Amino acid sequence: MKIEMKNISKAFGTNKVLEGVNFTVQSGEVHALMGENGAGKSTLMNILTRLYGDDGGEIYVDGKQTHFSGPLDAEQHGISFIHQEMNNFLEMSVVDNMFLNKEIKNKFGIMNESKMREQARFYLNKLGTKIDVDKPIGTLSVGRQQMIEIAKSLMTNAKIIIMDEPTAALTENEIAQLFEVVRDLKKQGVGFIYISHRMEEIFEIADKVTVMRDGISINEYSTKDVNMKQLVKDMVGREIGDFYPDRNPHFGKVSLEVQHLSEKGVFNDVNFQVHEGEILAFSGLMGAGRTEIMRSIFGIDPHNEGKILIDGKEVHIHSPQEAIKNQIGFLTENRKDEGLILNDSLRDNIALPSINGFVKHGIIDDKSVNDFTNMLMKRLTVKAQSADVSAGSLSGGNQQKVVLAKWVGSGSRVLILDEPTRGVDVGAKREIYDLMNELTDRHVAIIMISSDLPEVLGMSDKTAVVYEGKITGIVDTKTATQESVMTLATGGSNDGRTN
Amino acid sequence: MEEQTKVAEKGEKSTFNFKKFISKLGPLVALIILIILVTALSPGFIQPSNLLNLLRQVSINAVIAFGMTFVILTGGIDLSVGSILALTGAVTASMLASGTSAIIALLVGFLMGGLLGFLNGVLIAYGKAAPFIATLATMTIFRGATYVFTNGNPITGAKMNNSFLFQFMGRGYLLGIPVPIFIMAIVYLILYVLLHKTTFGRKTYALGGNEQAAYIAGVKTKIVTMWIYTISGLMASLAGIILTSRLSSAQPDAGTSYEMDAIAAVVLGGTSLAGGKGRIFGTLIGALIIGTLNNGMNLLGISSFYQQIVKGIVILIAVLLDRRSSND
Ligand SMILES: Nc1ncnc2c1ncn2[C@@H]1O[C@H](COP(=O)(O)OP(=O)(O)OP(=O)(O)O)[C@@H](O)[C@H]1O
Ligand SMILES: [Mg+2]
Repeated sequence: MKIEMKNISKAFGTNKVLEGVNFTVQSGEVHALMGENGAGKSTLMNILTRLYGDDGGEIYVDGKQTHFSGPLDAEQHGISFIHQEMNNFLEMSVVDNMFLNKEIKNKFGIMNESKMREQARFYLNKLGTKIDVDKPIGTLSVGRQQMIEIAKSLMTNAKIIIMDEPTAALTENEIAQLFEVVRDLKKQGVGFIYISHRMEEIFEIADKVTVMRDGISINEYSTKDVNMKQLVKDMVGREIGDFYPDRNPHFGKVSLEVQHLSEKGVFNDVNFQVHEGEILAFSGLMGAGRTEIMRSIFGIDPHNEGKILIDGKEVHIHSPQEAIKNQIGFLTENRKDEGLILNDSLRDNIALPSINGFVKHGIIDDKSVNDFTNMLMKRLTVKAQSADVSAGSLSGGNQQKVVLAKWVGSGSRVLILDEPTRGVDVGAKREIYDLMNELTDRHVAIIMISSDLPEVLGMSDKTAVVYEGKITGIVDTKTATQESVMTLATGGSNDGRTN
Repeated sequence: MEEQTKVAEKGEKSTFNFKKFISKLGPLVALIILIILVTALSPGFIQPSNLLNLLRQVSINAVIAFGMTFVILTGGIDLSVGSILALTGAVTASMLASGTSAIIALLVGFLMGGLLGFLNGVLIAYGKAAPFIATLATMTIFRGATYVFTNGNPITGAKMNNSFLFQFMGRGYLLGIPVPIFIMAIVYLILYVLLHKTTFGRKTYALGGNEQAAYIAGVKTKIVTMWIYTISGLMASLAGIILTSRLSSAQPDAGTSYEMDAIAAVVLGGTSLAGGKGRIFGTLIGALIIGTLNNGMNLLGISSFYQQIVKGIVILIAVLLDRRSSND
């Protein structure tokens, strides 16, 4: 199967998003699509699968001009799309989500639940994940949900699979597993469109790369003929130096300390401290309990034992309001379900945690709110027509920047960032790292959960590694290596013993 | 980099956007068309006396619908408003009939509405009951309580009419304008400011748009929910006081199906039943549309049976148009 998209154009209102884009993919190849946040990658794919209509251009399938009537039609023609933003029914179980609209039924219309369960498990196993398929999907981490999305598309027997940032919340192990499956399917003749901001992945898995900038396709390369520097230059229109800025931290006193924090069956005896001006990274495998620990500190979930101290004084936090009162901020990993109010404007989203500070005589001071949000949007280079557009209309990476802006603006002294650069492009990543440096220079303590090991090693001062709900080690990042962190993350100690 | 960060500086570029226009001003345009239509068919409609009459008729539904707007913005619903109206109206009337001073009787009736609304709020926020079910239950309970309290008979009495203040609420005039219209206007202004100018309003929208995200951003979602149902209850009892004064009596079946008119006004005004989207201005327009339809059809001598059909169809059209303009 060969898909050619020619001269595709698309505008949302007055916002021209695509202007004559060309893109081709065929069976048996992995074709990467790269570009800054808002370049139009997801939109292009939404046009291919006809979630959106286009304003011009042609699509050829095996040389024949084709119009799919909608996403379902595209899927039935063998094109499966793993979306960047997952659309799950959070209350429904994993199998029910996986088989939505493709339920296995007998001739009387009665569903064969055991068969669906069995198949769901089979495909998840193929990806090397063990997930209780009867659990409501909303109780699973973003990474797990992403694995389920992938399994779902494997089930469709697709000939072309589109993956829009499939690995943004996956850790090394899952990525390795995923790539194995991709290589396997490639051999069987499946084609892939692979969208990612993680450079290393492109060189590892892709055969070809197309770079988009501001709604046009700039260049197509064979991966072996191009280097990282060239791709970055094509994407952002200039060279950027190092991916990670230098860090010259100055630690102050202990800002947040956690003692013996436990929640039965989730995490156990967690102890750590983070100083003013310090970046403490949390690393570990998916499901190790990193997010759960942070949710508990922030008062979203409970804990049965342990103490939380701020500036050496014990605090009791039972809800996010109390955490915010104690000047803790929490960027959640799941921007769509927990981070953003998609229908609300960027301004309302960014100002929400700080809104009580903008009140004069009981009335919100709109001008200050405007100045505040404009300043933050500039600082985080949010690409949007104005602060009035809804958060849901932004590209994935730009949505992430809005969530980040919201918490940076809240003036927290302890900032917990769960996957802060999920889906963010290289240029903007660098800006976020610079911002983190600036915050720590102003004595903010940062806790960063990240599945991206290079990011952990590049930006943190210390790394806490979590394995099965326990901290197996807190290491000085300067002396850490990918291997030493991975060993701790898989529960082994550094002398090579496995268990 | 610079040019890519197109953050609009103060005020957005005013490019004409038809869809935005429809969803913002659509109800207003519909109202104007309706007024022109009714005036053409029955010129008496546009007489100032009829218009004042219309506004007075609208006031009761509008006041309830303003409260309902908050509820629906959070994705909830309040079916109990009609029953709250009846119960608080009856309590106020019986206090007056037994000679209690008007100030106290009115205040007790009004605050009692708040209390009943608060009860709804507790059931929904802390009892985690679905708003539809919780208020369906309290609707029945409050109505039953009204029958028990009144023994099923209307409450009237000479003493009721002794109080100037009480009569003034529903039947009084100020500068030639019926007092209920002033009450509606004042309530509108207060709730407009509350919804669009205070943090409480921001939190209402946030709660309706994504409760979990609002909670994590530090919104006290339960407290906001309780206050919102309290407001709805207060608006219902205020409407009850106006109605009781207007009729000089409290009827045990007063306010039956008023919740439907209020919900219709909110929806006609473009507020989404899914929550998070809508404006109180729309609700005002929605209430006026319903009022104009009622008034116009009465002028035209259309039977009340047909009136119901027409009203239903208008609501359907409004909802379908709204779907059109919000689905891209
Ligand atoms: N439904 C929509 N309504 C309005 N504008 C939209 C909509 N979807 C996308 N856009 C705009 O189109 C542009 C391209 O968005 P798109 O999601 O395709 O970017 P992307 O390349 O996938 O970026 P990212 O790497 O951040 O995911 C952005 O400016 C975005 O704001
Ligand atoms: Mg995208």
